[in-house]
Amino acid sequence: MKRWQWWLLPLGIFLVLVVFLGVGLTLNPREVPSPLIGKPAPPFELPQLHEPQKTFSQKDVAGKVWLLNVWASWCAPCREEHPLWVELAKANVAPIYGLNYKDKRADSIAWLQRYGNPYVLSVSDSQGRIGIDYGVYGVPETYVIDKRGVIRFKQIGPVTPTVLKEKILPLIAKLNENT
Amino acid sequence: MIPELGQFALALALILALTQGTLPLVGAARGMPSWMNLARPAAQGQFVFVAIAFGCLTYSFINNDFSVLYVASNSNSALPLQYRIAGVWGGHEGSLLLWVLMLSLWTMAVSVFSSHLPDDIIARVLGVLGLISVGFLSFMLFTSNPFDRLLPAAMDGRDLNPLLQDPGMVLHPPMLYMGYVGFSVAFAFAISALLSGRLDATWARWSRPWTTTAWMFLTLGIALGSWWAYYELGWGGWWFWDPVENASFMPWLMGTALIHSLAVTEKRGAFKSWTVLLAIFAFALSLLGTFLVRSGVITSVHAFATDPKRGIFILAFLVIVIGGSLALFAWRAHRVGLGGHFEVVSRETFLLTNNVLLVVAAGAVLLGTLYPLFLDALGLGKLSVGPPYFEIVFVVLMAPALFLMGVGPLARWKQASLPELAVRLKWAFVVSVVTALLLPLTMGQWTPLASFGLLLALWIVASSVTTLWSRLKQTPGASLSKKLRAQSRSYYGMLLAHVGVAVFVVGVTMVKSYEAEKDVRLAIGDTVELGGYAFRFDGLNEVKGPNYTAVRGTLTVTRGGAGVATMYPEKRIYNVQKNAMTEAAINTGFTRDLYVSLGEPVGDNAWVVRVQVKPFVDWIWGGCVLMALGGLLAVLDRRYRVAARARTREDALAAGAAAAS
Amino acid sequence: MKIRKYLILLTIFLCAVTSAHAADDAALERRVQRISEELRCLVCQNQSLADSHAELAVDLKNQVREKLKQGASEKDVIVFMTERYGDFVLYRPPVKATTWLLWFGPGLLMVAGLLALFLRLCRRATLAAAPALTAAERARAAVLLGNHSEPDHR
Repeated sequence: MKRWQWWLLPLGIFLVLVVFLGVGLTLNPREVPSPLIGKPAPPFELPQLHEPQKTFSQKDVAGKVWLLNVWASWCAPCREEHPLWVELAKANVAPIYGLNYKDKRADSIAWLQRYGNPYVLSVSDSQGRIGIDYGVYGVPETYVIDKRGVIRFKQIGPVTPTVLKEKILPLIAKLNENT
Repeated sequence: MIPELGQFALALALILALTQGTLPLVGAARGMPSWMNLARPAAQGQFVFVAIAFGCLTYSFINNDFSVLYVASNSNSALPLQYRIAGVWGGHEGSLLLWVLMLSLWTMAVSVFSSHLPDDIIARVLGVLGLISVGFLSFMLFTSNPFDRLLPAAMDGRDLNPLLQDPGMVLHPPMLYMGYVGFSVAFAFAISALLSGRLDATWARWSRPWTTTAWMFLTLGIALGSWWAYYELGWGGWWFWDPVENASFMPWLMGTALIHSLAVTEKRGAFKSWTVLLAIFAFALSLLGTFLVRSGVITSVHAFATDPKRGIFILAFLVIVIGGSLALFAWRAHRVGLGGHFEVVSRETFLLTNNVLLVVAAGAVLLGTLYPLFLDALGLGKLSVGPPYFEIVFVVLMAPALFLMGVGPLARWKQASLPELAVRLKWAFVVSVVTALLLPLTMGQWTPLASFGLLLALWIVASSVTTLWSRLKQTPGASLSKKLRAQSRSYYGMLLAHVGVAVFVVGVTMVKSYEAEKDVRLAIGDTVELGGYAFRFDGLNEVKGPNYTAVRGTLTVTRGGAGVATMYPEKRIYNVQKNAMTEAAINTGFTRDLYVSLGEPVGDNAWVVRVQVKPFVDWIWGGCVLMALGGLLAVLDRRYRVAARARTREDALAAGAAAAS
Repeated sequence: MKIRKYLILLTIFLCAVTSAHAADDAALERRVQRISEELRCLVCQNQSLADSHAELAVDLKNQVREKLKQGASEKDVIVFMTERYGDFVLYRPPVKATTWLLWFGPGLLMVAGLLALFLRLCRRATLAAAPALTAAERARAAVLLGNHSEPDHR
């Protein structure tokens, strides 16, 4: 490198830095992506919300593409996304299962009665242990799980119509095509 | 009316800043005195209007004008007066106005204390400062106007964040901004030197007092922030390597390198381009800090409400100012000559080694702070870089610098001899090693880290004593006091600042090695013992403050049966924002702090209480204050009293001429 | 008055979370504390798990405690956390290919910087050394120095 080019080094480093900072403006530093994508859904066996004497496990849905939605009656954003799930359930695209996170049974049942129940069934994770296994750190969160029980997508925060249309529905369609 | 007046004043300030930032620079380039002479009045006018704007915003806060959106978001009628004033800089828009006020203050100071500078230099310096002002004023007026109205006016304000409602908040941002903004003066001097092509020792001499003053304020600002976090946040920590904390620390590291580099350039006329580059870096890091805090690019508890649009503006400003200066540097700096000659072993070398270590440390902090962003931007995943990383890296980098701090002041300019230095420092080394090995035993437990930290601190003190002794021996004079008085203030400033660093290192080492903590459930009457102290939980009662209600605990502390203190930790609920705040009770001592905070209530009249004993923690901030005092002494050095010197020289020449004739 | 006091306590109770402290086993607590200090709380993302009072933080601390009681090592606990939350949850970034620059960069930069300084200084020394004064110049210097004594600047 010629002598005069050394003097340009600080400028060069600075410009590289600026490019990264510019890209950084488009990112969300608070979002924690899931390390579970591409890995098998963590196993669980939890009592069902409406029939607590019965349990449900992720094994029971093997062979189908399904959605796991983490929700709670005390969670305000859940109310925002809930109508979308109710709609989706009617469309019968994929079964939606609910993970009722750190909630009280009576409150949850009342909430579903009030806002509609799109879930095939919900399980009660009253201690939040299964939530931890799934890397849940806020509510709501949603997982798309394929026929072999592998997590393929995680939505952090409420699902929006755009996310549904552009990410979740196409993914479900693609996963359904594979045998 | 008043808010509109404030906004109008800002607009006028912008116009004056535009004038200040363009005409004098052109005038200096073309040698037009009339244009160059516009700089001072424009700068002073700008200060007047910015001060008016700041006054208007303060007035709106004091008078609870909730028709101003910013006041409604950051204040409340029940807020005590001093916090209503502090609320002026409690949010993004107001803190920007504080930034601009500080900038216009510094610019004013430069315009007043610069009669000895040539016209073209002062025109360029004020011109660059004017351009920076233009950037910040436009940023405010176009994206973050503190005078935006809220119509219809709110009934009452949303209150200042309770965390900010205390004396530390009143002082910390102004002090910090004085430092950040002060580096813009060093930057302006550097740019004007590059523009004029006159990059010599004189430039370094002019620049030095301004840079040292800025550094002093930044030291105090950071120390205040750390001390405030310690007593306000409730869990006894004092530095978290949080991105925003790092954003203030990096300019400090660079600024420290700069003041040392200026010494080499002023004394020996050497390494001029490097010093200019450091001045640009120091200010660049100040601006980068502004960007990081306000753009939402990193997560931090300090971050203001984020808005990518503002982020783009600041980034563009950063590119123009820093990109422009670095381009100018690449173009002009390589023409500068070598300057004074010096040997490979000399005081210059020690100072420059200190520079390299400080710059690498700043680079390491920058790397750690931005690394999560780098990886995320490259799609390589998300990770965190926290205290475990920074502590390891920083200590490894700074330990050699601390060792050299003892050797450098003793080395001669131009040519020094390592064997001679070793002989002179032999005694200091032995004393430091022996004391450092023995002292930790007095604390009850010997750890290698404690010993190492103490070794560095004791080494600095012992070698400073050696340096002073050696200096006094060389000074002619009848008595010790005469010899002491013969040394310059800046010499004592250096010694004091270095001792301040040693005190700081003692504080950090002792706290990290020997702090003790217990998290226990206490019912009324229970006692917990820690570090030789007994803490008895005596009671709980309810207390009402001006804008909060609190539960206050009473703990009686004894040591060996004798009473030490009564401590009153609180758990407050602020009426408006309804969040719970822990007010720790701290018993301050010269050799230790006792720190008690309430956790959560458990069961009947019992609480989880966290009790800590923190040895020598106040030495951390005490050391910083000593460093700042050292800087103050250096600035007050008699050689900067230019007018006085000019007079004495004239008198001497006149007397000489009279005697000769 | 008493009701108000209890209401305040209740409010605080609701804002915070009671944590069942196993304060009896001090050594275990110290280990939990040490590990928690290295983990980030994902809810209030600027605090460590040790300092945070958020619900999730308390849950995770309890998980850590349980795992340690079951005999897991500290490394196992770290792996447990990263399996679920990724590297983001660690304050001490793991040393892997993507973090080599982070961990080794500063050290390399220091070595490179000191080397560059040393080379530059050596090159300086070999360039024209300060020229010696001529006799006439020396005489002039003596005259000037005799008439003026400047205080020594640091």
